[in-house]
Parts: sequence; structure tokens; C-alpha cells
Amino acid sequence: MDKVQRMAREHGVVIFSKSTCCLCYAVSILFQDLGVIPYVHEIDHDPEGKEMEKALMRMGCNAMMPAVFIGGQLVGSTNEVMSLHLKGSLIQLIKPYMAV
Amino acid sequence: MNSSTYTQFVASKRMGICDPIHQIGMWGDFKDSSFPDTEEPSHGTVGTSNRYEPETNKRIEKVHRRLAQNREAARKSRLRKKAYVQQLESSKLKLLQLEQELDRARQQGLYVGGGLDASQIGCSGTANSGITTFEMEYGHWVEEQDRQTDELRSALLSQIGEIELPILVEGCLNHYFDLFRLKATAANTDVLYLMSGTWKTSAERLFFWIGGFRPSELLKVLTPHMEPLTEQQGRDVHNLTQSCQQAEDALSQGMVKLHQILVEAVAAGTLGDGIILPQMAATIEKLEALVRFVNQADHLRQETLLQMSCILTPQQSAQGLLALGEYFKRLRALSSLWSGRPSEPT
Repeated sequence: MDKVQRMAREHGVVIFSKSTCCLCYAVSILFQDLGVIPYVHEIDHDPEGKEMEKALMRMGCNAMMPAVFIGGQLVGSTNEVMSLHLKGSLIQLIKPYMAV
Repeated sequence: MNSSTYTQFVASKRMGICDPIHQIGMWGDFKDSSFPDTEEPSHGTVGTSNRYEPETNKRIEKVHRRLAQNREAARKSRLRKKAYVQQLESSKLKLLQLEQELDRARQQGLYVGGGLDASQIGCSGTANSGITTFEMEYGHWVEEQDRQTDELRSALLSQIGEIELPILVEGCLNHYFDLFRLKATAANTDVLYLMSGTWKTSAERLFFWIGGFRPSELLKVLTPHMEPLTEQQGRDVHNLTQSCQQAEDALSQGMVKLHQILVEAVAAGTLGDGIILPQMAATIEKLEALVRFVNQADHLRQETLLQMSCILTPQQSAQGLLALGEYFKRLRALSSLWSGRPSEPT
């Protein structure tokens, strides 16, 4: 979906989340601890939220928020973010977007 | 044990420091006395045969071999004895634990040995049968865990082959992954039960973090018990520990937020209006969020174990897993001993 893609490309690290989702909050905290301010978009406060959710599912994110994009690419949900971080790969991905 | 180990042992002794040279020096003194030899008592003529050089050398070598065999046999005997004593001790503890379980079950008026009747516990519904199943399966899991820990110990002592050890390590890792699967099912059944840690022993509950052990803490506990790490390994483990801690902190903060949301949900509306069912239902929905957190924490535990096994050699992984198994065993033993300690007179 255009809106999702557009938002993903406009910012380095994008998290599509729901305002009530504490796991989404945890993921954004992780990025902040690593030195990146993620762009958090709460789809439950977006009038087009339902379509965005469907689009995300089509892209491969299995209906679980958060959906994390880095550099316009879908990384996945919390599992994928955590796995990447333990492998040491997450830091590499977010390097270009780290706050100076 | 196996002959290859033995020949290695003998070879290293030959290249080694004092003993062989010492023995040769002493040989000239012992012409008539039979050599103190436990393995071949008939070999009494050794000391007298200085006639032919090659003969003497052969005999000297034989004696050295026998000495080495004796030492090896004695060492193995000591190790076997140690292992046996340790087995006795853990059996003693197991007995204590079983006795306590029995007491507890009798106190609660449950039938021991027979099936648990849910209505006796004053509850009904499938949730509790799910929990009962989990408790039973977890009990089996712990037994298997202890068995695998013993197997690891023997394998490391007896220096099993290069092919067997990785298989053993993989088996142990898969066993942990089995637990996470069990927990995922239990979380869907009753996440509050899982998070309360009732299914674990009291000492283990002390170190509880979102439904289980804290991965970074374990990394710190285990690392000293493994063979020295290479520089690269040291860096990798350090980075893994750091990443793990960051992930844990993020999840902890998420839990704090969830905690606040739940408190607000329970306290919503005017306290004093009594219990409003729709509000309760909404709160129950929010409790479901805990399921995702427990699953995420277990995922973190799983990934940490996986990453460690990638960084370490099979030998080091086996040592680490042995230390881990022993650590949990000790916590469980601590709980038993704590419950069993004599109470203070009032």
C-alpha cells in the first residue's frame, strides 16, 4: 500500500504500532537505547489504519504489531528485531540513521 | 575406557618431565627385588635383566607403560568414585523433594498417584486441566533435564568423540526449546499462572524475570565455567551479553507500561461503585497482553542459547550446558533445603 511504503521510505527507522501495544513500546525503547529515534506511527489512530494493517499483512508481517521498517525495508516484528540484535546485525542496519 | 585416550596419555608421559628419567636412574639399584606391580605380579624378573641393552630397554618401557596404566586406572577410579558420591547426594536431595511434594499433596487433600480431580481444588473448566497437564509435563522435563546433565558430565569426563559431543549438545538445546514450546501452550491457557512462577521452586522464583530466567544473568554465570575463550569469542560473548541486556531492558520497560495500564484498568471508574462486569472484561482483555511478553521473553532465551552455541566450540557448549544444568539443579536443591530447614522455636 502506498501510504505504508511512503512512510517507510520517508524515515530511517519506522515502527507501525498500536497505541495500546506495550510490546511496540518496548521495541521503540530498544531503538532509542541504541541511539535511533524511530518514527512511530500508530495505525489505530489513523483513519486508514485498517487498510494499512492489511497491507502490512500482505507484505509478510503476520498481523502482529509492531511492524518495523529500516531504510524502507520491512524487517519484521519483535522476534525479528530481537534476533537481529542478538546476532549483532541490528546495529549495522541502523548505523546510517543514528542520531549524532 | 578407549585405547586412543590411553596411548595419548602414555605418549605425553614419555615426552613429559620427570618420571621416566627417574625410573631409569633407579634401575641399576634394583637387581633382585621384584618390581611393585599390581597389574602383572609374575613380572618379577625385571630388575635382574641388565645383560642385554635392547632387552632392558624393552622391559623398562613395559614397566613405564604399566606404571602409566596404573596411574590412569587410579585416576579413573577416583573419578568414578566421585561421580558415584555425587549421584548419591543428588538422590538424597531428590528423596527430600519427593517427600515434600507428598506432604504438600496430602495437605491439600489431593489423591497422590491418582488423577487430579479439578473439583477438589475448588475450580472447574479446562483451564486447570491445561495447567495440570503443564505441571506434569514440566515435571518430566526436569527429570529429563537432570538426566541430560548427567550425560553431559560423563561425556566430558570420558572425552567422547568429536561426532558424539555436538549431537549431545544439540539434544540439550532442543530440550530447552521443548520447554519454551510447553510454556507457550501454558501461556495461552493461563498466563497469570505462568508468570507467578508457582510451577517453579522458591529459589528459582527469586530470580524470575517475565516467566523464566534472565538470559544475560545466565551468560555471566556460565562463562567462567567454560574452557578459556579465544579473543574473538570473548568479544562475541561480551557483545551478546550487552545486546541481551538491552533487549531485556526494553522488554522490562514495556512491562512497566503494561503494569500501569492494568492498574488503571482495575481502578477505572469510581472505586466504590462495586464490580462492573464490562470493565472487568476489558481488564481481562488487557491481561492477554502478558502472553506476548512471556513469549517474547522465551524467544529471547532461545535466541541467546542459539547464539552462544554458534560462538562456542562443541566442547565449550557442552561445558556451558553442564554448568547451566547444574546451576538449576542447585537452585532446586536450595529450595528443598530451605523448605526442610528446622523452624525456629517460638
